[in-house]
Amino acid sequence: METKETVQVNNESVFNVTDLSVSYGDFVAIKNVNMDITKNKITAFIGPSGCGKSTLIRTFNRMNDLILGAKVNGTITYQGVDLYDKMVDPVQVRRRIGMVFQKPNPFPKTIKENITFGLKVNNMTDNIDDRVEKALTQAALWDEVKDDLDKNALELSGGQQQRLCIARTIAVEPDTILMDEPCSALDPVATKKIEDLMQELVKEFSILIVTHNMQQASRSSDYCAFFTTKTSDDGKRRTGELVEFNETSVMFTTPDKELTEQYISGRFG
Amino acid sequence: MLLESTEKNMSNETLITGKKAENAIKESLFLFTLYICVTIAILTLMTLIYDVLSTGTTRLTSDYEVGLITKIQIDNPVDFLTTLDSRYPDRAGIGPAFAGTVWLMIIVVSVTFPFGTGAAIYLQEFAPKNRLTRFIELNLTNLAGVPSVIYGLLGLAVFVRLAGFGRSVLSGGLTLTLLILPVVIVASREALKAVPDTIRQGALALGATKFQAVFRQVVPSAIPGMVTGMVLGLSRAIGETAPLIFMGALTYVNYFPDTPLSGFTAIPIQVYNWIGYPQAEWKETASAGIILLLGLLLIMNSLAIFIRNRYEKDL
Repeated sequence: METKETVQVNNESVFNVTDLSVSYGDFVAIKNVNMDITKNKITAFIGPSGCGKSTLIRTFNRMNDLILGAKVNGTITYQGVDLYDKMVDPVQVRRRIGMVFQKPNPFPKTIKENITFGLKVNNMTDNIDDRVEKALTQAALWDEVKDDLDKNALELSGGQQQRLCIARTIAVEPDTILMDEPCSALDPVATKKIEDLMQELVKEFSILIVTHNMQQASRSSDYCAFFTTKTSDDGKRRTGELVEFNETSVMFTTPDKELTEQYISGRFG
Repeated sequence: MLLESTEKNMSNETLITGKKAENAIKESLFLFTLYICVTIAILTLMTLIYDVLSTGTTRLTSDYEVGLITKIQIDNPVDFLTTLDSRYPDRAGIGPAFAGTVWLMIIVVSVTFPFGTGAAIYLQEFAPKNRLTRFIELNLTNLAGVPSVIYGLLGLAVFVRLAGFGRSVLSGGLTLTLLILPVVIVASREALKAVPDTIRQGALALGATKFQAVFRQVVPSAIPGMVTGMVLGLSRAIGETAPLIFMGALTYVNYFPDTPLSGFTAIPIQVYNWIGYPQAEWKETASAGIILLLGLLLIMNSLAIFIRNRYEKDL
């Protein structure tokens, strides 16, 4: 906690992305991304399908390492450390930068075990019951599950499962939470709960969220990045590019680029 | 019809075509063919079971008298399981063969489980996706289809002669292990493959190492499938005769194997042996042996189904 505060004083941005491009074999998924992500704010990535925003968010915790042939060029620093430096351990990166996925993916075990797994692999086994309760409380799930901690997590509803995934992510005390379309599989009520939760969590964590939902981006994010795809001259390749990156309030009222305006007003995409 | 017409025909004639009746006949014909296929399979099994039960049960019940020899010693199934073979059909028990089969099962399980699941976990979760791995995968699939006699030859050459285990139950068990290992590896890999990738990603995203993700999340989720594959492999192993005869299992054994290096026989070999005798009474004894073997297989397959259902419910 203390280190977090000192860093916050020294440095406003948590990630600095410079000339980043990601390719799978010959296919360039996204290129020339330059952006600084502000600490303890919600940054939303929006754009049409295939514009590389999910690919991009996965470079922030090196989940792209797991995809065969994925290659990252350019630099992405996290609190000043180059994430793709040879000396950086991706396992430690993922421990500091948590991730919530598109489809709720609880482990097929009890609710409690879903939380304790992350604690155990990170040697955070002291006061384990308190940690479980704290994480579930922070994820606004405690009151619903406190009597069934030994129930199988797959018996929960989709929205509850997603909040459980958020709970297990924050249980290991990361600095940043990456969310890859966390509400796309949920109904509006469950979506609302997650959005409210994000507003609570952002006091303590930096949040990056990929979303297809324009309203969600305008409602919940502080900053917004709009990506689009550019088709190559021969029309065969589509590569994602960052079009505009600004404060959400600015982008949704007076966007700089014509393309952004068209997209957020629903005229394309 | 729609393709030919230049403009969309939305009138009711396109709805009322009489095609439904036509389709219904086609479908019921197809279903009928499928029923016949299933019936043939079930009838074969039923005939086999009826045949062995009608001849074999006399041998497994009390007050058994046949021919000139009056039944003296053996009068119930437990005796049949524990008695030694004999040259009189009514006194012949399946004891040594049953014990031999149990020995084989113990050896096969204790060698196949660690090696089979270990190989499967490595190939599915850790092996680099290169030519060597693909070559090994191709070989495994091919090995699963090699005739079992070939494994008997291999067992004779490697375990009996080269390793010097002799014609022992250990050699037999290891030979059967080789036989089912490819099947078990393939089944275990399928079980691992069925674990959704989101589980792996979820574990890794929490800061787990690859090793922790595999052994604490993926493998536990795949265990029911792996055990099912193991049990099915094992039930194939206990029914095998050819490789054991080839590697030199004995046919007449009047003692119980007491060490892994004892000579042995197994239930299918014993049955094969009995059925070869000309006297009619041996048919009954052999049938009793078949009933025992079928019973064992039934129990093991039920166990596999039980494990699968039990854990599927948990998921």
